[in-house]
Amino acid sequence: MPQRRDLIASAIVVLLLALLPLAGSRYAIDLTTEVMIYALFALSLNVLIGFTGNISFGHAAYFAIGGYACAILLTTYGWPLALALPAAVVLAGLVAAVVGYFCVRLTQIYFAMLTLAFAMLVWGVAFKWKEVTGGDDGFTGIKMPEIIAHHVGYFYFTLVVVAAGIAALWVICHSAFGLTLVAIRENSVRAGFIGVDTRHMRWAAFTVAGTFGGLAGALFGMYHRGMYIENAFWTESANVLIMVLLGGIYSFIGPIIGAAVLHLLQTFTNQYTPYWPTVLGLILLVIVMVLPDGLIGLVRRVRARGGRP
Amino acid sequence: MTLTMFTLNAFYGLALAMNMFIIASGLNLIFGVLRVINFAHGMFYMFGAYIVFTVAKTWGAPFFVGVLAAGAALAVIAFAIERLLLRHLYDKEHLMQLLFTFAIVLLMSDAAKMIWGTDQYSVGYPPGLGGAVNLGFVMLPQYQLFLCVVGPLIAVAMWFVVDRTRWGRVVRAATQDREMLAALGVNVPMVYAAVFTIGSALAGVGGALAAPRIALVPGMDATIINECFIIVIIGGLGNMWGSFLGALAFGFVVQFGTVLAPNWQDVLPYLLMLAVLIIRPWGLLGRPETGH
Repeated sequence: MPQRRDLIASAIVVLLLALLPLAGSRYAIDLTTEVMIYALFALSLNVLIGFTGNISFGHAAYFAIGGYACAILLTTYGWPLALALPAAVVLAGLVAAVVGYFCVRLTQIYFAMLTLAFAMLVWGVAFKWKEVTGGDDGFTGIKMPEIIAHHVGYFYFTLVVVAAGIAALWVICHSAFGLTLVAIRENSVRAGFIGVDTRHMRWAAFTVAGTFGGLAGALFGMYHRGMYIENAFWTESANVLIMVLLGGIYSFIGPIIGAAVLHLLQTFTNQYTPYWPTVLGLILLVIVMVLPDGLIGLVRRVRARGGRP
Repeated sequence: MTLTMFTLNAFYGLALAMNMFIIASGLNLIFGVLRVINFAHGMFYMFGAYIVFTVAKTWGAPFFVGVLAAGAALAVIAFAIERLLLRHLYDKEHLMQLLFTFAIVLLMSDAAKMIWGTDQYSVGYPPGLGGAVNLGFVMLPQYQLFLCVVGPLIAVAMWFVVDRTRWGRVVRAATQDREMLAALGVNVPMVYAAVFTIGSALAGVGGALAAPRIALVPGMDATIINECFIIVIIGGLGNMWGSFLGALAFGFVVQFGTVLAPNWQDVLPYLLMLAVLIIRPWGLLGRPETGH
């Protein structure tokens, strides 16, 4: 069960976010909406990376499938949101289950390569299936339900969905299933010895990650009123991976912090210089060279040095 | 499809395959010895192509001087990257090495933007190789013919160096047991540096040789790195002849896909790769991973 302290802290964060539109800044509302979506995206990936110890380099695929499916069902087929959103999430989860079936046969670097390859296949389909996805031009002009068409309405919608998604992921990660995943990460051979079907569990983790990645993608597509093939490209997979690492993989809230820091940094950097890739490259070098456990790890180390618990 | 068309397409597929092999074999060599998946390999390729443009077109030097310059420049860049940064990461997780090479991609892509801008460039065929050879029923372009000769030459040269020389034995030993090799008095860090340098130089040369066939645009690195991944995965990671086979399969699928299914030629290689992986998860000539 969650600690009382954590529950209260989460409630305060949600409450503060709910009050944000009162400040009246459109810019702040939009930026926060984006950060919330990326936070969910990054958290979903961390089920695989931080908890199971499997590096997926193709997580953008499920994000894109969720986003494209929701957009197409809403617009081309005129489905109501209450059907389109769950359908898109289920589809992302199904594709993740199929891809995962093949990927979990491999481990380590081979696993990463295969996830990347499947993701590029998804990208290729989004690129070439022009009649359905809009191809190179992207899928634009998503029909939005009245109630969330306004940016404040969409902000609250995102807040509710992301909060529910994060709560669900928290429960999954701290359940017996989640602990089994940690056992696989720590020592998959020993986990096998005590009777864990490691391949099965990794497959389940893969599917969970893809499902929630699809949810984030659906929110992203509706927020931008469109999906573009860049959202399925491997650089997007790398981006979310960097968010997860920047925050710290061995902590539940690490990816949320990583997503917030990286996205805000990108937004501000882009106002001053076109050279965001350089900044991102330097951030990555710092992570790789001196900060492998991310910002959360840094905070923990500083605390430990200060003698506090 | 007539015989002429078939021959011509098979030939173009072969030329593409040989060009891809030169690039992918470098990626494969680095993976085989260092166990590092080098995302920056595509960027090295792009730099190779841009450098040949600058040397041959802007400065007016002969094309093959440009090719050598591209190979040499990438060797220097790669050596510096390995010695200054990458060598500190061999003991860390794969993920960290992967991300390190991605950081190099980001930094070099901005560097390319600063040096060459975002315009599209082209490099003409070198003089003497711009014509075609008449076989009676079909005309084969000379430059593609040249690629079909260079590719196998490089393959044989790599095979000879790795399988038949003392240095090659050292390299193969480094893939088996680093510590034992070091205990025998071999300077293993320098072996690693040399392999990374040579592999990267191959990307530079491959890019320079590709330059006359293609348009030079920002983003060409991202396409090529994925294609190289496909090739080495199909062939089996770390296996040189596997890459050769993978490149052949890739070249023919892309070329005939362009003719027979013009809308889907970009997706076909991925389907080919998935088909191979479902039947043989370790690639055509790869070996099952051992538990480390």
